[in-house]
Amino acid sequence: MANIIGAITTSHIPAIANAMANGLEETPYWKPFFDGYPPVRDWLNEKKPDVIILFYNDHGLEFFIDKKPTFAMGVADEYYNSDEGWGIPTIPPVTGESDLSWHIANSLVDEGFDMTICQEMKVDHGLTVPLNLMWPGHKYGHVKVIPVCINCEQYPMPQPWRTFELGKAIGRAVASYEKDLNVVVFGTGGMSHQLDGERAGFINRAFDLDCLDKLVSDPEALTKYTNIDLVEQGGAQAVELNMLIAMRGTLLGKVTELHRNYHAPISNTGSGLMLLEHEMPK
Amino acid sequence: MASNYTDRQFQGTYLFDGQMAKKGYGLNKMCYSFNDQVARDEFNADPEAYCEKFKLTQAQKEAIRNRDVIGLLREGGSIYYLAKFTGLLKLNMQDIGGLQTGMTTDEFKAMLERNGRGEV
Repeated sequence: MANIIGAITTSHIPAIANAMANGLEETPYWKPFFDGYPPVRDWLNEKKPDVIILFYNDHGLEFFIDKKPTFAMGVADEYYNSDEGWGIPTIPPVTGESDLSWHIANSLVDEGFDMTICQEMKVDHGLTVPLNLMWPGHKYGHVKVIPVCINCEQYPMPQPWRTFELGKAIGRAVASYEKDLNVVVFGTGGMSHQLDGERAGFINRAFDLDCLDKLVSDPEALTKYTNIDLVEQGGAQAVELNMLIAMRGTLLGKVTELHRNYHAPISNTGSGLMLLEHEMPK
Repeated sequence: MASNYTDRQFQGTYLFDGQMAKKGYGLNKMCYSFNDQVARDEFNADPEAYCEKFKLTQAQKEAIRNRDVIGLLREGGSIYYLAKFTGLLKLNMQDIGGLQTGMTTDEFKAMLERNGRGEV
Protein backbone atom coordinates (compact mmCIF):
# COMPACT_ATOMS: atom_id res chain seq x y z
CA MET A 1 0.00 0.00 0.00
CA ALA A 2 1.19 3.50 -0.72
CA ASN A 3 1.77 5.43 2.46
CA ILE A 4 1.72 9.18 3.11
CA ILE A 5 4.56 9.58 5.61
CA GLY A 6 4.47 13.33 5.99
CA ALA A 7 3.75 16.74 4.57
CA ILE A 8 5.47 20.09 4.18
CA THR A 9 4.23 23.64 3.79
CA THR A 10 6.57 26.06 2.06
CA SER A 11 6.68 29.33 0.20
CA HIS A 12 7.20 29.18 -3.56
CA ILE A 13 7.89 32.79 -4.51
CA PRO A 14 10.20 33.55 -7.44
CA ALA A 15 12.45 35.81 -5.34
CA ILE A 16 13.69 32.62 -3.61
CA ALA A 17 14.86 31.25 -6.95
CA ASN A 18 16.77 34.45 -7.62
CA ALA A 19 18.28 34.43 -4.13
CA MET A 20 19.48 30.82 -4.61
CA ALA A 21 20.78 31.52 -8.12
CA ASN A 22 22.77 34.46 -6.76
CA GLY A 23 24.02 32.74 -3.59
CA LEU A 24 22.29 35.14 -1.18
CA GLU A 25 21.21 32.51 1.40
CA GLU A 26 23.54 33.79 4.13
CA THR A 27 22.81 37.51 3.68
CA PRO A 28 20.96 39.21 6.56
CA TYR A 29 17.75 39.56 4.57
CA TRP A 30 17.55 35.89 3.56
CA LYS A 31 19.26 34.03 6.41
CA PRO A 32 16.23 33.85 8.76
CA PHE A 33 14.25 32.33 5.91
CA PHE A 34 16.81 29.77 4.66
CA ASP A 35 17.84 28.79 8.20
CA GLY A 36 14.48 27.06 8.54
CA TYR A 37 15.17 24.53 5.81
CA PRO A 38 18.05 22.22 6.92
CA PRO A 39 15.93 20.17 9.38
CA VAL A 40 13.35 19.59 6.66
CA ARG A 41 16.03 18.61 4.13
CA ASP A 42 17.57 16.24 6.68
CA TRP A 43 14.21 14.60 7.29
CA LEU A 44 13.63 14.14 3.54
CA ASN A 45 17.13 12.70 3.08
CA GLU A 46 16.54 10.28 5.95
CA LYS A 47 13.03 9.20 4.89
CA LYS A 48 13.77 9.15 1.14
CA PRO A 49 10.20 9.46 -0.14
CA ASP A 50 9.51 7.88 -3.53
CA VAL A 51 6.84 10.38 -4.54
CA ILE A 52 5.96 14.01 -3.82
CA ILE A 53 2.39 15.13 -4.42
CA LEU A 54 2.77 18.86 -4.86
CA PHE A 55 -0.08 21.36 -4.65
CA TYR A 56 0.70 24.67 -6.37
CA ASN A 57 -0.90 27.27 -8.57
CA ASP A 58 0.14 28.21 -12.09
CA HIS A 59 0.88 31.92 -12.38
CA GLY A 60 0.56 32.10 -16.16
CA LEU A 61 3.07 29.66 -17.62
CA GLU A 62 1.05 26.60 -18.64
CA PHE A 63 -2.43 28.04 -18.26
CA PHE A 64 -3.87 31.27 -19.59
CA ILE A 65 -7.40 32.49 -19.00
CA ASP A 66 -8.50 31.26 -22.42
CA LYS A 67 -9.01 27.93 -20.64
CA LYS A 68 -8.51 27.98 -16.91
CA PRO A 69 -8.90 24.67 -15.09
CA THR A 70 -10.20 24.83 -11.55
CA PHE A 71 -8.25 21.70 -10.61
CA ALA A 72 -5.59 20.23 -12.89
CA MET A 73 -3.10 17.44 -12.38
CA GLY A 74 -0.21 15.99 -14.28
CA VAL A 75 -0.01 12.32 -15.28
CA ALA A 76 3.29 12.50 -17.16
CA ASP A 77 6.69 10.87 -16.58
CA GLU A 78 8.43 14.24 -16.97
CA TYR A 79 7.64 17.94 -16.63
CA TYR A 80 9.44 20.99 -17.95
CA ASN A 81 9.98 24.48 -16.65
CA SER A 82 10.17 27.35 -19.13
CA ASP A 83 10.79 31.09 -19.44
CA GLU A 84 8.25 32.89 -17.24
CA GLY A 85 9.03 36.30 -18.66
CA TRP A 86 10.79 38.08 -15.86
CA GLY A 87 14.11 36.45 -15.54
CA ILE A 88 14.25 33.64 -13.01
CA PRO A 89 16.52 30.87 -14.29
CA THR A 90 14.83 27.97 -16.07
CA ILE A 91 15.61 24.74 -14.24
CA PRO A 92 16.10 21.10 -15.29
CA PRO A 93 13.17 18.74 -15.94
CA VAL A 94 11.15 17.28 -13.08
CA THR A 95 10.52 13.51 -12.93
CA GLY A 96 6.87 12.37 -12.85
CA GLU A 97 5.04 9.25 -11.63
CA SER A 98 2.58 8.35 -14.35
CA ASP A 99 1.08 5.15 -12.85
CA LEU A 100 0.16 6.60 -9.46
CA SER A 101 -0.97 9.81 -11.17
CA TRP A 102 -3.47 7.93 -13.33
CA HIS A 103 -4.64 5.93 -10.33
CA ILE A 104 -5.31 9.18 -8.45
CA ALA A 105 -6.99 10.76 -11.50
CA ASN A 106 -9.30 7.76 -11.92
CA SER A 107 -10.18 7.76 -8.25
CA LEU A 108 -10.80 11.53 -8.12
CA VAL A 109 -13.12 11.64 -11.11
CA ASP A 110 -15.02 8.62 -9.77
CA GLU A 111 -15.46 10.54 -6.52
CA GLY A 112 -16.78 13.63 -8.33
CA PHE A 113 -13.61 15.75 -8.68
CA ASP A 114 -13.58 16.45 -12.40
CA MET A 115 -9.88 17.10 -12.85
CA THR A 116 -8.23 18.48 -15.96
CA ILE A 117 -5.77 15.67 -16.70
CA CYS A 118 -2.52 16.76 -18.32
CA GLN A 119 0.02 14.64 -20.21
CA GLU A 120 1.97 17.80 -20.94
CA MET A 121 2.20 20.54 -18.35
CA LYS A 122 4.85 23.21 -18.08
CA VAL A 123 5.51 23.74 -14.37
CA ASP A 124 6.29 27.21 -13.08
CA HIS A 125 7.99 28.60 -9.97
CA GLY A 126 5.05 27.43 -7.86
CA LEU A 127 6.38 23.88 -8.28
CA THR A 128 10.05 24.34 -9.08
CA VAL A 129 11.01 26.68 -6.21
CA PRO A 130 9.87 24.24 -3.48
CA LEU A 131 11.73 21.33 -5.11
CA ASN A 132 14.95 23.32 -5.34
CA LEU A 133 14.51 24.52 -1.75
CA MET A 134 14.31 20.91 -0.53
CA TRP A 135 17.07 19.58 -2.81
CA PRO A 136 19.32 22.58 -3.58
CA GLY A 137 21.42 22.57 -6.70
CA HIS A 138 18.51 21.08 -8.66
CA LYS A 139 19.18 17.64 -7.11
CA TYR A 140 15.51 16.60 -7.17
CA GLY A 141 15.66 14.35 -10.26
CA HIS A 142 15.51 11.13 -8.19
CA VAL A 143 12.14 11.93 -6.63
CA LYS A 144 8.92 11.48 -8.60
CA VAL A 145 6.54 14.41 -8.52
CA ILE A 146 2.79 14.55 -9.09
CA PRO A 147 1.73 18.16 -9.74
CA VAL A 148 -1.75 19.21 -8.60
CA CYS A 149 -2.64 22.70 -9.71
CA ILE A 150 -5.39 24.78 -8.08
CA ASN A 151 -6.82 27.94 -9.65
CA CYS A 152 -5.85 30.89 -7.44
CA GLU A 153 -5.79 33.54 -10.15
CA GLN A 154 -9.30 34.00 -11.52
CA TYR A 155 -12.63 33.99 -9.69
CA PRO A 156 -14.55 31.79 -9.27
CA MET A 157 -11.92 29.80 -7.39
CA PRO A 158 -12.53 26.60 -5.47
CA GLN A 159 -13.39 27.37 -1.87
CA PRO A 160 -11.28 26.16 1.07
CA TRP A 161 -13.84 23.49 2.05
CA ARG A 162 -13.62 22.13 -1.47
CA THR A 163 -9.84 22.09 -1.69
CA PHE A 164 -9.81 20.32 1.70
CA GLU A 165 -12.18 17.69 0.29
CA LEU A 166 -9.95 17.35 -2.78
CA GLY A 167 -7.04 16.67 -0.46
CA LYS A 168 -9.02 14.04 1.42
CA ALA A 169 -9.96 12.32 -1.86
CA ILE A 170 -6.28 12.27 -2.87
CA GLY A 171 -5.43 10.80 0.54
CA ARG A 172 -7.96 8.00 -0.04
CA ALA A 173 -6.63 7.40 -3.57
CA VAL A 174 -3.07 7.01 -2.28
CA ALA A 175 -4.23 4.63 0.46
CA SER A 176 -5.91 2.42 -2.16
CA TYR A 177 -2.79 2.13 -4.36
CA GLU A 178 -1.35 -1.36 -4.14
CA LYS A 179 2.36 -0.60 -4.65
CA ASP A 180 4.50 0.10 -1.59
CA LEU A 181 5.50 3.71 -2.10
CA ASN A 182 6.34 6.38 0.46
CA VAL A 183 4.66 9.67 -0.36
CA VAL A 184 5.21 13.18 1.01
CA VAL A 185 2.72 15.95 0.23
CA PHE A 186 3.80 19.56 -0.33
CA GLY A 187 1.38 22.45 0.14
CA THR A 188 3.08 25.47 -1.42
CA GLY A 189 2.43 29.19 -1.57
CA GLY A 190 0.93 31.84 0.61
CA MET A 191 0.77 32.89 3.22
CA SER A 192 -0.68 36.38 3.73
CA HIS A 193 0.23 38.74 0.90
CA GLN A 194 -1.20 41.23 -1.52
CA LEU A 195 0.61 42.13 -4.73
CA ASP A 196 -1.96 44.34 -6.42
CA GLY A 197 -3.81 47.57 -5.75
CA GLU A 198 -3.33 50.37 -3.26
CA ARG A 199 -3.54 47.72 -0.51
CA ALA A 200 -0.35 46.07 -1.88
CA GLY A 201 2.09 45.11 0.85
CA PHE A 202 -0.57 43.87 3.26
CA ILE A 203 0.75 41.10 5.54
CA ASN A 204 -1.06 39.66 8.58
CA ARG A 205 1.44 37.89 10.82
CA ALA A 206 -1.08 36.97 13.52
CA PHE A 207 -3.41 35.44 10.94
CA ASP A 208 -0.58 33.42 9.37
CA LEU A 209 0.53 32.04 12.74
CA ASP A 210 -3.06 31.11 13.57
CA CYS A 211 -3.39 29.34 10.21
CA LEU A 212 -0.23 27.30 10.88
CA ASP A 213 -1.61 26.27 14.29
CA LYS A 214 -4.92 25.29 12.75
CA LEU A 215 -3.24 23.35 9.95
CA VAL A 216 -1.79 21.11 12.64
CA SER A 217 -4.60 20.72 15.12
CA ASP A 218 -7.87 22.03 13.69
CA PRO A 219 -7.86 22.10 9.88
CA GLU A 220 -11.65 21.96 9.76
CA ALA A 221 -11.66 25.51 11.16
CA LEU A 222 -9.86 26.75 8.04
CA THR A 223 -12.54 25.26 5.81
CA LYS A 224 -15.06 27.67 7.37
CA TYR A 225 -13.35 30.57 5.57
CA THR A 226 -14.49 31.59 2.11
CA ASN A 227 -11.89 32.82 -0.36
CA ILE A 228 -13.18 36.35 0.21
CA ASP A 229 -12.62 35.88 3.96
CA LEU A 230 -9.01 34.94 3.14
CA VAL A 231 -8.67 38.12 1.06
CA GLU A 232 -9.96 40.18 3.96
CA GLN A 233 -7.74 38.53 6.57
CA GLY A 234 -4.63 37.84 4.55
CA GLY A 235 -4.64 40.00 1.41
CA ALA A 236 -5.66 39.33 -2.17
CA GLN A 237 -3.19 36.48 -2.77
CA ALA A 238 -3.82 34.76 0.58
CA VAL A 239 -6.15 32.52 -1.44
CA GLU A 240 -2.96 30.53 -2.01
CA LEU A 241 -3.61 29.12 1.46
CA ASN A 242 -5.88 26.73 -0.43
CA MET A 243 -2.80 24.70 -1.36
CA LEU A 244 -1.90 24.29 2.30
CA ILE A 245 -5.47 23.36 3.15
CA ALA A 246 -5.54 20.78 0.32
CA MET A 247 -2.26 19.32 1.62
CA ARG A 248 -3.75 18.95 5.10
CA GLY A 249 -6.79 17.21 3.62
CA THR A 250 -4.60 14.35 2.39
CA LEU A 251 -3.54 13.54 5.96
CA LEU A 252 -6.31 11.20 7.09
CA GLY A 253 -4.44 9.71 10.06
CA LYS A 254 -2.38 10.98 12.98
CA VAL A 255 -0.42 14.21 12.45
CA THR A 256 2.60 15.36 14.47
CA GLU A 257 4.36 18.68 13.94
CA LEU A 258 8.14 18.16 13.74
CA HIS A 259 9.39 21.60 12.67
CA ARG A 260 8.22 25.13 11.96
CA ASN A 261 9.77 28.38 10.78
CA TYR A 262 7.61 31.43 10.12
CA HIS A 263 9.34 34.49 8.73
CA ALA A 264 7.95 37.73 7.30
CA PRO A 265 8.47 39.51 5.06
CA ILE A 266 10.09 37.54 2.27
CA SER A 267 9.48 39.67 -0.79
CA ASN A 268 5.84 40.70 -0.21
CA THR A 269 4.78 37.61 1.73
CA GLY A 270 4.60 35.86 5.04
CA SER A 271 6.49 32.57 4.69
CA GLY A 272 5.38 29.50 6.63
CA LEU A 273 7.61 26.43 6.60
CA MET A 274 6.25 23.45 8.47
CA LEU A 275 7.08 19.73 8.56
CA LEU A 276 4.35 17.33 9.60
CA GLU A 277 4.78 13.62 10.23
CA HIS A 278 1.85 11.41 9.32
CA GLU A 279 0.75 7.93 10.35
CA MET A 280 -1.77 6.38 7.98
CA PRO A 281 -5.10 5.42 9.58
CA LYS A 282 -5.37 1.73 10.48
CA MET B 1 -22.28 30.97 -1.37
CA ALA B 2 -21.75 34.25 -3.12
CA SER B 3 -22.30 34.17 -6.86
CA ASN B 4 -21.13 37.75 -7.24
CA TYR B 5 -17.69 38.61 -5.93
CA THR B 6 -18.32 42.33 -5.98
CA ASP B 7 -20.74 42.19 -3.07
CA ARG B 8 -17.81 42.43 -0.64
CA GLN B 9 -15.20 44.97 -1.56
CA PHE B 10 -11.93 45.88 0.08
CA GLN B 11 -10.32 49.21 -0.42
CA GLY B 12 -7.40 49.15 -2.83
CA THR B 13 -8.20 45.59 -3.94
CA TYR B 14 -9.26 44.58 -7.48
CA LEU B 15 -10.68 41.08 -7.52
CA PHE B 16 -10.11 39.40 -10.85
CA ASP B 17 -13.57 38.02 -11.58
CA GLY B 18 -15.44 37.21 -14.77
CA GLN B 19 -16.21 40.83 -15.60
CA MET B 20 -12.58 41.83 -15.23
CA ALA B 21 -11.37 38.75 -17.11
CA LYS B 22 -13.60 39.75 -20.03
CA LYS B 23 -12.62 43.41 -19.94
CA GLY B 24 -8.91 42.64 -19.67
CA TYR B 25 -8.70 39.69 -22.03
CA GLY B 26 -6.58 41.32 -24.75
CA LEU B 27 -4.37 43.09 -22.23
CA ASN B 28 -3.71 39.90 -20.28
CA LYS B 29 -3.17 37.94 -23.48
CA MET B 30 -0.52 40.43 -24.53
CA CYS B 31 1.18 40.15 -21.12
CA TYR B 32 1.01 36.34 -21.26
CA SER B 33 2.84 36.48 -24.59
CA PHE B 34 5.81 38.04 -22.77
CA ASN B 35 6.78 34.56 -21.58
CA ASP B 36 8.61 34.43 -24.94
CA GLN B 37 11.73 36.46 -25.61
CA VAL B 38 10.64 36.99 -29.22
CA ALA B 39 7.46 38.69 -27.98
CA ARG B 40 9.39 40.85 -25.50
CA ASP B 41 11.72 41.97 -28.27
CA GLU B 42 8.78 42.74 -30.56
CA PHE B 43 7.09 44.83 -27.84
CA ASN B 44 10.30 46.72 -27.07
CA ALA B 45 10.85 47.48 -30.74
CA ASP B 46 7.39 49.05 -31.18
CA PRO B 47 5.13 49.07 -28.09
CA GLU B 48 2.22 50.82 -29.80
CA ALA B 49 2.09 48.34 -32.67
CA TYR B 50 2.33 45.43 -30.25
CA CYS B 51 -0.60 46.77 -28.18
CA GLU B 52 -2.58 47.19 -31.38
CA LYS B 53 -1.91 43.59 -32.35
CA PHE B 54 -3.77 42.50 -29.17
CA LYS B 55 -6.53 45.08 -29.71
CA LEU B 56 -5.99 46.94 -26.45
CA THR B 57 -8.48 49.71 -25.69
CA GLN B 58 -7.33 53.33 -25.61
CA ALA B 59 -7.44 53.31 -21.81
CA GLN B 60 -5.32 50.14 -21.68
CA LYS B 61 -2.80 51.53 -24.18
CA GLU B 62 -2.50 54.71 -22.16
CA ALA B 63 -1.93 52.77 -18.95
CA ILE B 64 0.76 50.66 -20.67
CA ARG B 65 2.41 53.82 -21.99
CA ASN B 66 2.39 55.45 -18.53
CA ARG B 67 3.41 52.28 -16.59
CA ASP B 68 0.22 52.92 -14.62
CA VAL B 69 -0.24 49.66 -12.70
CA ILE B 70 -3.41 50.78 -10.92
CA GLY B 71 -4.83 51.90 -14.28
CA LEU B 72 -4.00 48.49 -15.74
CA LEU B 73 -5.77 46.75 -12.84
CA ARG B 74 -8.84 48.95 -13.33
CA GLU B 75 -8.84 48.09 -17.03
CA GLY B 76 -8.97 44.36 -16.33
CA GLY B 77 -5.33 43.42 -15.89
CA SER B 78 -4.53 40.45 -13.65
CA ILE B 79 -1.47 40.99 -11.46
CA TYR B 80 -0.03 37.63 -12.51
CA TYR B 81 0.06 38.66 -16.16
CA LEU B 82 0.88 42.30 -15.45
CA ALA B 83 3.95 41.02 -13.59
CA LYS B 84 5.27 39.78 -16.93
CA PHE B 85 4.87 43.30 -18.34
CA THR B 86 6.54 44.95 -15.34
CA GLY B 87 9.27 42.27 -15.44
CA LEU B 88 9.97 43.33 -18.99
CA LEU B 89 10.51 46.84 -17.58
CA LYS B 90 12.92 45.27 -15.02
CA LEU B 91 10.64 46.17 -12.11
CA ASN B 92 10.32 43.72 -9.21
CA MET B 93 7.36 43.25 -6.84
CA GLN B 94 8.60 45.90 -4.42
CA ASP B 95 9.02 48.41 -7.26
CA ILE B 96 5.46 47.66 -8.36
CA GLY B 97 4.26 47.91 -4.77
CA GLY B 98 5.79 51.36 -4.52
CA LEU B 99 4.23 52.45 -7.80
CA GLN B 100 0.79 51.34 -6.64
CA THR B 101 0.96 52.85 -3.17
CA GLY B 102 2.67 56.12 -4.03
CA MET B 103 5.83 55.18 -2.13
CA THR B 104 9.42 54.82 -3.15
CA THR B 105 10.62 51.22 -3.38
CA ASP B 106 12.56 51.69 -0.12
CA GLU B 107 9.52 53.11 1.66
CA PHE B 108 7.46 50.17 0.42
CA LYS B 109 10.09 47.70 1.65
CA ALA B 110 10.12 49.42 5.05
CA MET B 111 6.35 49.01 5.22
CA LEU B 112 6.70 45.29 4.40
CA GLU B 113 9.19 44.97 7.27
CA ARG B 114 6.76 46.63 9.68
CA ASN B 115 3.87 44.50 8.45
CA GLY B 116 6.03 41.37 8.65
CA ARG B 117 6.86 42.11 12.29
CA GLY B 118 3.16 42.50 12.97
CA GLU B 119 3.43 46.16 13.88
CA VAL B 120 0.43 47.13 11.78
